[in-house]
Amino acid sequence: MDFVSIGLRIVQFTAPTAFAAIGETIGQRTGVLNIGLEGIILVSAYTAVVMSSQSGSAWIGVAAALSIGIVLSLIQAYFTVILASDQVVAGTAVNLFGLGLTNTLFDVGVESGQVLSRVEGFPKLFGLVDPVLVLLPVLGYGAYWLLFRTQVGLAMRAAGEYPPAVESAGFSVMRLRMIGQAICGSFAGLAGAYLTLGISHSFVQNMTSGRGFIAIALVTFGRWKPGWVLGASMLIGFLEWLQFAVQGKSLIPTQFFLALPYLVALVVLVVVGKGTQQPQNLGIPFRRSE
Amino acid sequence: MKEFFRYGVIFISLLVVMMLTLAAFRLDVGLSLRYMWQGATGDSISIGRTLVKATPLCLAGLGIVLAWRAGMYNVGGEGQYIFGGIGGALCTKYLSILSPGILSPVILICGAGFGAVLGGLAGWLHVQRGVQVVISTILMNFLALLTLEWLLRGPLQERKRQIFVSEAIPDAAMLMRFDRQSDLHAGGLLALLFVVVIWIYLRFTEAGFRLRVVGESPSAARANKIPVGIIQIRAMAMSGGLCGLAGAVDYAGLTGRLADGFSQNWGFIAIPVALLGGLNPWGTLVSALYFGGLFAGSDNLKRFTPIGNSLVPAVQGIAVLAFIGLNHWYSKQLHHPGETD
Repeated sequence: MDFVSIGLRIVQFTAPTAFAAIGETIGQRTGVLNIGLEGIILVSAYTAVVMSSQSGSAWIGVAAALSIGIVLSLIQAYFTVILASDQVVAGTAVNLFGLGLTNTLFDVGVESGQVLSRVEGFPKLFGLVDPVLVLLPVLGYGAYWLLFRTQVGLAMRAAGEYPPAVESAGFSVMRLRMIGQAICGSFAGLAGAYLTLGISHSFVQNMTSGRGFIAIALVTFGRWKPGWVLGASMLIGFLEWLQFAVQGKSLIPTQFFLALPYLVALVVLVVVGKGTQQPQNLGIPFRRSE
Repeated sequence: MKEFFRYGVIFISLLVVMMLTLAAFRLDVGLSLRYMWQGATGDSISIGRTLVKATPLCLAGLGIVLAWRAGMYNVGGEGQYIFGGIGGALCTKYLSILSPGILSPVILICGAGFGAVLGGLAGWLHVQRGVQVVISTILMNFLALLTLEWLLRGPLQERKRQIFVSEAIPDAAMLMRFDRQSDLHAGGLLALLFVVVIWIYLRFTEAGFRLRVVGESPSAARANKIPVGIIQIRAMAMSGGLCGLAGAVDYAGLTGRLADGFSQNWGFIAIPVALLGGLNPWGTLVSALYFGGLFAGSDNLKRFTPIGNSLVPAVQGIAVLAFIGLNHWYSKQLHHPGETD
């Protein structure tokens, strides 16, 4: 294998986690911890496979995954933002829902002979690169531009730092946070779609295997900065690529390589600690005083 | 009375959610519910099955209650459950000289210890390094699962080295069973005992009171010179211990050996069990029995339809959201009587 194709493989493995992590960065900047990321990615992944195999177009699969990602995210955000409920509880509920729903749909599908494997991927640009991969740096920069170069971005960040100031400046904290969650959901949808349509070309039960949670860890590692988060995701992408590269060729047990992404994510969190860059009001519901 | 009414509302909404879900999959709702009811309570064997499934849910659920009441979002019940099983299997392998009567409790204690170490580690990382428990424990779930897979292909594999399971526990060291036909084992009594113990601990002891204070307001706790960090770590260790015990009880009471699929999401499913039980021990018991029944029932449903117990988490997810909504509505009623929205 030459360096270009190895590099492309690594970027490919990076993409799902990176999309999810960038979306989560935007959401967390507004002060909402989206713990349900894993479940949302899982449902999107399933939706992408079903819709693209039925329509014959990967792009329709992507569109469907984006929509379902946004819908699920907004349902969760209704509880965490509007009802000001505990963000971990609501997120856990969405994860359970996603896991149970996709497992059941998968079971039912297998029973009725539905095929969820060998799904057509994206037509490659220049016969080499998935067009979705081009979106990775574009969306990474887009997230940076939104958060740090626009008025809305400033307000969104302020909603995560000091919500009362945002309210007195005439913005609605809840609306900003809902926008953040909708964006986060669309990124999670894209992550799910690429996981199935770009990498595995199939859906299997619980196939996200913790990528959503790793993405949340990456946001902390990347200090809530889109560029850094993208860089951090490359590390996980590399480790995932490593699993395939060494498969059956190493004396070290496979499980060790499979464990590496989780282990590295954990070690990284331990090393960087919480730090001071975390949005001040992350995880704290905002209640408008009446 | 009010509590009773509240649980009634939860129960009915769970039933409605269940019926809607069944209808969404185009099943005959009445018939499906009858299959499930039969599978959960039809005869003594079904009831035994319900209780056997409720046992780990109750123990791990109690673990979740302890941690969450201390403000520690332990979502690592799954990993701690697996570690409990691993601890038990290590005892079986390396302490086989012990007489079965002693080996049995040693397995349980060791399993609880393994779980406690994993939970305590997450607590320690939170206090020392500010690593969010909700992230660290979930990462540990995957690490525990892969540790199990590795052990079953290495140190803990059965003697013939043909399949990836551990050596079976000697029959005499299995937890006591009440009759031959049913899987029902003494672990259920242990779960019941812990419901009482945790209830007394949280409600009537000073340590339990401090734990609740830390959970409700760490800053108030600090102002009253309560050692917040130590209590958080201790809560996580106890929580992990109970989840580990759930794993060890399933190992020594039900499966008798470890395999890759040892934990069927029990530790994960215990979270909504505890949440819907209102994060209190007795509520958790009721909720564990309910979901134990749902599991036994949906196993029965699986024999007649393509839908089985993989549906349970979906129902739980919706139920938890409904529960939040209900609670919100309740507190609205409390603050603005007569007003609804």
